[in-house]
Amino acid sequence: MSSSSEVDTGMVLALADDALVASHRLSEWIARAPSIEEDVALANIALDLLGQARLLYALIGDEDELAYRRPAGAFRNAVMLERPNGDFGATIARLLLLAAHQHALYSSLAAADGDLGAIAAKAVKEVSYHRDHARAWTVRLGDGTEESHRRMQDGLDAEWAVWGELAPTQEAVDWATAVITQATLRVPGPVLAVERQEHTADLDELLSTMREVTAVHPGATW
Amino acid sequence: MSDGSLLWEVFVRPRRGLAHTHVGSIHAADAELALRNARDVYTRRGEGVSIWVVPSGAVTASSPDEQDSFFEPAGDKVYRHPTFYEVPDELQL
Amino acid sequence: MSTFEALIAAQDRVEPRDEMPGDYRATLVRQIAQHAHSEIIGMQPEGDWITRAPSLRRKAILLAKVQDEAGHGLYLYAAAETLGVDRDDLLEALHTGRQKYSSIFNYPSLTWADVAAIGWLVDGAAIVNQVPLGRCSYGPYARAMVRICKEESFHQRQGFESLLTMSRGTPAQHAMAQDAVDRWWWPSLMMFGPPDAESPHSARSTAWGIKRFSNDTLRQRFVDLAVPQAEALGLTLPDPDLRWDEERGSWDFGTIDFTELREVVSGNGPCNEVRIGRRVAAHEDGAWVREAAAAYAAKQGTRGAA
Repeated sequence: MSSSSEVDTGMVLALADDALVASHRLSEWIARAPSIEEDVALANIALDLLGQARLLYALIGDEDELAYRRPAGAFRNAVMLERPNGDFGATIARLLLLAAHQHALYSSLAAADGDLGAIAAKAVKEVSYHRDHARAWTVRLGDGTEESHRRMQDGLDAEWAVWGELAPTQEAVDWATAVITQATLRVPGPVLAVERQEHTADLDELLSTMREVTAVHPGATW
Repeated sequence: MSDGSLLWEVFVRPRRGLAHTHVGSIHAADAELALRNARDVYTRRGEGVSIWVVPSGAVTASSPDEQDSFFEPAGDKVYRHPTFYEVPDELQL
Repeated sequence: MSTFEALIAAQDRVEPRDEMPGDYRATLVRQIAQHAHSEIIGMQPEGDWITRAPSLRRKAILLAKVQDEAGHGLYLYAAAETLGVDRDDLLEALHTGRQKYSSIFNYPSLTWADVAAIGWLVDGAAIVNQVPLGRCSYGPYARAMVRICKEESFHQRQGFESLLTMSRGTPAQHAMAQDAVDRWWWPSLMMFGPPDAESPHSARSTAWGIKRFSNDTLRQRFVDLAVPQAEALGLTLPDPDLRWDEERGSWDFGTIDFTELREVVSGNGPCNEVRIGRRVAAHEDGAWVREAAAAYAAKQGTRGAA
């Protein structure tokens, strides 16, 4: 087992914050999804991501300290994940790109010894399912009706433009490209890897919602 | 149907060595989604290791009206059961 | 004696393809649909707190619980569909107000403690109501209820645990827990329905083996379970008339204001419009997605044999 001193804290935080913030946005769909089956499916994915965040936070500190009492500026999540939800097409596009990225990343980390390797090995199985769920819907929306094609393309264009911030591997890009092509959608263009961007007011809004209860009860346990 | 989904019957194998058992039904537009919906709805607590989905319309079922002619004739064939036969206990037949 | 009457007399189960009286079928459709709608609408008051849960552990628990409610709604719609109705029609009836859902969900969830109080009291009352339904005469409904009750036992326990933590926490947490219990206690008692004397369908449902115990019997059972639990929580129940009746071996409780219940049931509850409005919006906003799935399936020829 690796001790926390051997863990790349910045990388673990980025992975955990990505998972937590993505989980938060997905959980906003509950009781709002296109079908009740999809309420259940999105809740499943949100739960998996929340579980990943908790395991990763536990590697480097106290989960609630990190989630509830850390300044927004210290969050390492990609800005694309903190943006408010659009329609279902945009959510599926974001999930497709996030899951493609996480799948490649967790797969490589799963080879490592120690706690992080074990967490990654568990997470690979989960994000494989998320990736497949996003693929199934991308194909249906892309190759469904005219309206769904347009909405899916719009969602994809918007999410793809900021995907570079997650620095997806070539494998992830190739996988997403194949799905997009199968879905009769247009691949928006090359993905340019960029540094993680400055957070926006969207993260402040997200965190103030998340901390609505804890903010008025400092020091309380739940 | 107005929302374009079909009804599918769901069968889950609880664990290896056991047969698939009917657990309920699910709505989905196609087989691939039906399988995924069944997974999310019927196996949230590790209830299964394998799932079948079958379009509800594809199930041919016996009718309750036929119950007597279908199943009663089997009721009196007592010689099909091992307890029908008198054999010495000690031989462990 | 008809086959149906013989099955009921023998306390055997009625299964989907059996002949059954039209009123039996209609009663079951109405009851199962209302039950399913309650699960679906019931996602909202608690679901609103998922993003605001005060710890990641509580967040995961609540997310799993609300997800279960969606699943339970689906089990129940599936049971209703075995009676020859279409889920689309049931949802339509919910959306247009032709079918009801449990009025309890028309009360607002004002604080985080409401999530805990709902778990302890509302799920607690639901379990008391539902356990006997696991033995009701209609097979698919009974099987769905057995599954639901098994899954729901965690729903009540997590609510109790959360309330206990708050009750033993800071004075502000304790006050919040007490306030939530004060607001949810009487509505929970109303969940068992009108008093037996005024319950229009009870006798017939009992004769048909759909209902095993009367409203007042189940309500009393719930009160008797809840009183010692409240004491263990260190919280009071908002009823000055609660006292132990040695002779009955049960707790006496005050008179329920059913006028309020009737108001809420008839659509004048504080959140009726919000709940239905949100449900309808989700359904309408998702129409294009469901249409796309159907169009894709038609193109692919993957719609199965039906």
